[in-house]
Amino acid sequence: MFVQFTTWDIVRNLLEAGRWTLALSLLAFMLGGAVGLLVLFLRISHNRVAQAFTKGYIEIFQGTPLLMQLFIVFFGLPLLGIDVSPWLAAALGLTLFTSAYLAEIWRGCVEAVPRGQWEASASLALSFPQQMRHVVLPQALRVAIAPTVGFSVQVVKGTAVTSIIGFAELTKTGSMLANATFQPFLVFGLVAAGYFALCYPLSLYAKRLERRFHVAR
Amino acid sequence: MAYQFDFAPVFENADLLLQGAAATLGLTAAGAVPGIALGIAGAICRAWRIQPFAALFGVYVEAIRNTPFLVQLFFIFFGLPSLGVKLSGWEASILAMVINLGAYSTEIVRAGIEATPRGQLEAAASLALSRAQTFLYVVLRPALARVWPALVSQVIIVMLGSAVCSQIAAEELTFAANFIQSRNFRAFETFFVATAAYFVLALLVRQALMRFGQRVVVGRPR
Amino acid sequence: MSLVNIAGLHKHFGTNHVLKGIDLAVEEGDVIALIGRSGSGKSTLLRTINGLESIDKGELVVDGTAVHDGKGDLRALRQKVGMVFQQFNLFPHLTAGQNVMLAPTVVKKTAKREAEDIAKEVLLKVGLSDKFDSYPDQLSGGQQQRVAIARALAMRPKVLLCDEITSALDPELVNEVLAVVQQLAAEGMTLIMVTHEMRFARDVGNKLIFIHHGRIHESGDPKTILTNPETPELANFTRAVM
Repeated sequence: MFVQFTTWDIVRNLLEAGRWTLALSLLAFMLGGAVGLLVLFLRISHNRVAQAFTKGYIEIFQGTPLLMQLFIVFFGLPLLGIDVSPWLAAALGLTLFTSAYLAEIWRGCVEAVPRGQWEASASLALSFPQQMRHVVLPQALRVAIAPTVGFSVQVVKGTAVTSIIGFAELTKTGSMLANATFQPFLVFGLVAAGYFALCYPLSLYAKRLERRFHVAR
Repeated sequence: MAYQFDFAPVFENADLLLQGAAATLGLTAAGAVPGIALGIAGAICRAWRIQPFAALFGVYVEAIRNTPFLVQLFFIFFGLPSLGVKLSGWEASILAMVINLGAYSTEIVRAGIEATPRGQLEAAASLALSRAQTFLYVVLRPALARVWPALVSQVIIVMLGSAVCSQIAAEELTFAANFIQSRNFRAFETFFVATAAYFVLALLVRQALMRFGQRVVVGRPR
Repeated sequence: MSLVNIAGLHKHFGTNHVLKGIDLAVEEGDVIALIGRSGSGKSTLLRTINGLESIDKGELVVDGTAVHDGKGDLRALRQKVGMVFQQFNLFPHLTAGQNVMLAPTVVKKTAKREAEDIAKEVLLKVGLSDKFDSYPDQLSGGQQQRVAIARALAMRPKVLLCDEITSALDPELVNEVLAVVQQLAAEGMTLIMVTHEMRFARDVGNKLIFIHHGRIHESGDPKTILTNPETPELANFTRAVM
């Protein structure tokens, strides 16, 4: 059967696939944020083992390709007897990837809180969790918002790599459409436009937050 | 029955992996040098507001930074031929890496240029240096030295990102791993070793570039 | 037993032996000035007294709470020892009042209303009752430092440590801070301060301690030893700073 695609058909298919890109981005960002927070706490704790473990965790995810991380999840989990769909592998892989990057970004923000703040709160007899909750995190949070929003762009773009393990998001659908329609220039142009529509507002927002933060200081 | 790990079939193909790693390094070098040069050019145009180039670079930077590298690669490899530009997997990969790194390094270098202390510019002006002379002798080297670690990180990101070039048949490290696992059916072991190889490559490249930066960019004349 | 007892205290930073056996007893109501060149160890000594620097060897007892060879309940210690820093270190995201109320509510679990009353009382004492709702960046350096003093006082410390608390201030703001400290001394507060204000140390302090190369080199009544130093090192030092 030979199907004739109109431009509208292409756009409609891409939009439908774009919902998966969006869903995967949101899921990875939120779960990655939660795991990242845990990694952050271990990373800045006073426990040497936890520090070393999380440092290694972060370095491994930042020092290897996202594609390889996805391959390892995709081919590794079945060895543990877990049946993985591309969707699960994509979500898990991106979540871990996101958690490592966010933990490192946030660690930088915590470290940007001056030493004197730690000392002053310690001299007032606050415990470590109390120091974190009342003095350090509120200040780190203000610094963290802009780079966190900025990193969300990397998450959205990262979802494109999941097409390679067969997850039918925007890029994968684009590849299939390009093959079917013999219009790769148009299709990949539209795919790129789709990502741009998702990412550019986030980039702008991050930039505005950053500027506002610098003015506020 | 528990899965038995077997790495032997991977290491039997160590030569292929090594070739792949070498190819990945080659790709990175071929992408990084022109990419950073492009970034410096873009940064000058942006920092000095040389129109229309400043505006063009602005659009280019945003377009690249807000779309995935994989899509840029597909657009170049699959899309450009319909405009009559046919590129091999290697050529398309290198071009995509140059364009990608160029956009990021434009912003990185620009930040370095704009962080030049006012006093440096005033001192240069008071010595009657022209704008070009000021840039060449006073601004550029310290600016690059300031942002060198960020540039190195970006080169590493581009190198790790080049794993997806395997998708357009550029025979780099991931392509080699994929080829090996298709023959030995040891996908996990093969990709595990390839991942470790990337990790080591990233460490080595970072070290080498940081050392290079210390010598050549920061460089203390003796 | 004295309020603060320090015996055989040693402290190293790596290979650098910073404090080489300090013995010191502080009585209630003492106002002690620690002086010495930068790097002499005077700030380090002050910071060990509320556990910001650990102790390698020796003993520190404050009002019955002991730290031996670096082990002890630091939080119990810190509830008895207040500290004011050179750089104020106010919490920028909290108002002056919230800065003062934080430790009483969080550490001592004081009810909010009561903590508020305490905060108003100590802010009044430092002359800033009208700045309760101001954020640190809306206050002058002198005002910030006075809030920092109030913040320490709100924990009802037995002893207050002051680490060069006027060094980061513009000259015209120094006196308003010193006036507060002088008033505290007059009320019988036990104070240990590292200071470069020799005149203040002489007029307000009842004991002066000159730290040199990690040891107490000379100590005694400020007026006496500043006028007639026994050691050439103190004589040199006073000549250089006065």
